[in-house]
Amino acid sequence: MNRTLCQIVCPLALLVVLVDFTRAAAADLHEVVRQTQQKVVKIYGAGGLKQMEAYQSGILVSPEGHVLTVLSYVLDTDDLAVVLDDGRKFQPERIGTDPLRELALLKLPLEEGETLPYFDLRQRPEVEIGDRVLALSNLYGIAAGDEPVSVLQGALTAIAPLDARRGSFTTNYHDDVYVVDAYANNPGAAGGALVNWQGELLGLLGKELKSRITGTWLNYALPTANFAESVDNMIAGRANNIEPPSQLPEESLSTELLGIRLIPDVLRLTPPYIDAVRRGSSAESAGLRPDDLIVFAGGKQIASCRALVEELSYHDQRDEIPLLVLRDGGIVEMVLKLAPEAPAEATGETEP
Amino acid sequence: MKFFHSITLCLTFLALSTVARSEVTPAPQVLATEAERVKVVKRASTAAVAIFEGSGQGGGSGVIISPDGFALTNFHVVAPCGAAMKCGLNDGQLYDAVVVGIDPVGDVALIQLLGRDDFPTAELGDSDKVRVGDWAFAIGNPFLLADDFTPSVSYGLISGVHRYQYPAGTLLEYADCLQTDAAINPGNSGGPLFDADGKLIGVNGRGSFEKRGRVNVGVGYAISINQIKRFLSHLKAGRIVDHASLGFTVSTGEIGRVVVDDILETSDAYRRGLRYGDEIVEFAGREITTANALKTALGTFPRDWVTTLTFRRDGQNQQVSLRLPGVHDPAQLIDMIQEQKEKPLDPPDKPKTKPDDPLDEPQEDEEKKPGPGILPDLQKLLKREPAMPAEVKSRYEEVRGYANYWYNRARQQELWDHFRDANSLEQMGATWQIAGKVDAEEFSLKIGPDRAEMRLPTVKSVALFAGELDTQLSPPGSGGLLVALHLWQRMLDKGLQKFGEVFYLGQLPLGASGEMVDCLVGFHTGMEFRLLFSPENGDLVGLEMFPGDDFDPCVVHFSEYADVAGRRLPMRWQVQHGVKPFADLHLTSWQIDTGTPPATKAAN
Repeated sequence: MNRTLCQIVCPLALLVVLVDFTRAAAADLHEVVRQTQQKVVKIYGAGGLKQMEAYQSGILVSPEGHVLTVLSYVLDTDDLAVVLDDGRKFQPERIGTDPLRELALLKLPLEEGETLPYFDLRQRPEVEIGDRVLALSNLYGIAAGDEPVSVLQGALTAIAPLDARRGSFTTNYHDDVYVVDAYANNPGAAGGALVNWQGELLGLLGKELKSRITGTWLNYALPTANFAESVDNMIAGRANNIEPPSQLPEESLSTELLGIRLIPDVLRLTPPYIDAVRRGSSAESAGLRPDDLIVFAGGKQIASCRALVEELSYHDQRDEIPLLVLRDGGIVEMVLKLAPEAPAEATGETEP
Repeated sequence: MKFFHSITLCLTFLALSTVARSEVTPAPQVLATEAERVKVVKRASTAAVAIFEGSGQGGGSGVIISPDGFALTNFHVVAPCGAAMKCGLNDGQLYDAVVVGIDPVGDVALIQLLGRDDFPTAELGDSDKVRVGDWAFAIGNPFLLADDFTPSVSYGLISGVHRYQYPAGTLLEYADCLQTDAAINPGNSGGPLFDADGKLIGVNGRGSFEKRGRVNVGVGYAISINQIKRFLSHLKAGRIVDHASLGFTVSTGEIGRVVVDDILETSDAYRRGLRYGDEIVEFAGREITTANALKTALGTFPRDWVTTLTFRRDGQNQQVSLRLPGVHDPAQLIDMIQEQKEKPLDPPDKPKTKPDDPLDEPQEDEEKKPGPGILPDLQKLLKREPAMPAEVKSRYEEVRGYANYWYNRARQQELWDHFRDANSLEQMGATWQIAGKVDAEEFSLKIGPDRAEMRLPTVKSVALFAGELDTQLSPPGSGGLLVALHLWQRMLDKGLQKFGEVFYLGQLPLGASGEMVDCLVGFHTGMEFRLLFSPENGDLVGLEMFPGDDFDPCVVHFSEYADVAGRRLPMRWQVQHGVKPFADLHLTSWQIDTGTPPATKAAN
């Protein structure tokens, strides 16, 4: 009995002490802000036209210099730059993308053995509506050079599924987000950090979006739990092997085998739209339809018909190959797997 | 019955809510903190001003900084107002106010509220001590809501310090500003940003809006109060104040290296030895690691300020003292101000014509200027200036190049009269015969209206004052000591009005050491002549004479005042050319010949 009680009480006491300790350690908001700023980076890339800022924010998610940010046009350049809190500038390597959550992972070329302060995505502090939060980002690109990023304060006002639009398109992400009353998602803020008053990461500030219902700008963050695994996968390089394999498989996949006919390849970068799907084919059973635009195959971004054909050639006929297609302004996920077709019916094609 | 039911229900609900409320009674320290905050806000609110343009069409905010009614606001708030404006305080009273000085580059203006000598004031803080994570609050008149002059208060966090926000052209530059998420909306412009203790740390004036329309999105900027402190005496002088520039440009090289990539050979920096390719290490006591940091530091200084610059060449650091030139040619600045004033009024709560305009500041941008030469400006033709209240009229004097010459004249007169009267210099005569020692050897000087002669141990020099003075810059190496003394003598003889063009500039540091002096400037035959007075006792502590824009001045520092035949005169003169010492003169006798017509009447 006594032992049981002790087993309960001791950890409780320890917990109380721990909680008190973290509270005390976090007493100085200035210090929390200063330390957290060092884990947020400024990213400069493509854009610069009206309403398309050429900058955004990012957070360090590993001591080795992995930077998590949002997937956007800003990253569409060979001249991407990541600037740390101390003003050091890096040309990052692009490690992976998560098209569904619109995230991208970059890696800074650090010196051997060098480490940086970072957010540990495995730490998930408890979150309650009403909690006071800080949003750190380089909104409006205000912080230049070695200037620390901006800090805004507010409260967590809701945890709710995202129902948003960009322009007239509904966004793909529909899971819960943290809604805050700070103006957290200004231009350039996407990729910044939402933290509590202890400086612990709660989520990643999302892109500028409007509520689909009210049309007002949303201030929100993707909860860490919703993207941590995806980041792990990107760091591990799973589903994101960018390098072509050194050896092609003996029997490669092809559009013909899968039952896909692409639109005529007339440009250097003809968008890989599906012209027709063969009836009874693996493509049809996977759910592909004419007019679908293939944007990802095997975890790799596909920019042209040629890129798709090449990518398929890297996969063996026995492989499963995940696809992301753009259909009616939304992203649809599916998996293609070559299966024997019923030969009798394999004559017609579904036309658009 | 039903009725009773609802009443019972209501009562039950009330009772329940009372219970609920008592259960969440906040901790005493929370209540204490809240009470303290209420107190601080209440006190700070008394100094906030709701500014309205005379006809009531536009306006903004301000903050009173002295009991005689001097108040800070934005240049872009007063620009459309003209000379007079109406100011409401939170006691519900409306006061007339007059424009005093403007700083169009820094977007600051000083006005004076009239009618009281016991206005409530805000206590000035130290904006260099403000840190990210500090709490701050803005008080003002957003959307011109303060119909009864009760200001609005918004609380928030300091989001960034030492921020730089680009100017529109060369005006309205926010260098070294504070960034806050306390709501700053149109109409808050010119109002105070206070720290949590209620000390004034900045003047709000700008926000980032972009595609979200002209309402607060958590990004407001305040001009730091430390910057304004440097400009305050210049603004009180009724002037249109210019900011400082460098005379060279820099670019950021690899991390932490800021390198001179262009330099004017006529600049003070060049004369102090700075060259192309030198690395800038420190400016005005601030470490410089990016070009942006240099711009941020520079933007907080008025033209003519003297500060230090450290640069590195071949691994060697050199520190020099720099006199900072202006951003504009004075005439150019005046023309630009004229354009600003002629802009049509735009009430701050009127939504932008294009809500997605990438506009970053509450003032209208270039494209909204009336098209000069295309159509006659009907609005201007039709607009009848409201009559200036008598009280304002008595404190306003329009002179080209000044915001309000009345204040300048008053300061000139005050300084000069005090100097003359305190030292009994009413009759300083036309000719001085001076003797003394320099480096333990004898020297002598005779100076009259037309001619001066100086005998130094090594050289005898003569200067003639009949023709062009810039050919008479003797003794050699002094930069023109005899001309400087001639101008001083002329000023003593003729007084302010008859000397030529004279104005009071404001306070500047005497050398990089930082001792502040009041600076009276005169022009005569192309020479610029400055009299430097101690603000403590009004003593004349120095003379500076510039033969031209691009020359080092002849500088004389006066000290060791002594009684000479009933007058109090400086008996030690340290003479420099630029920063190079020329002579340290110790006077032993000073004879004043008052023979030819005494100048009693002229010396006013």
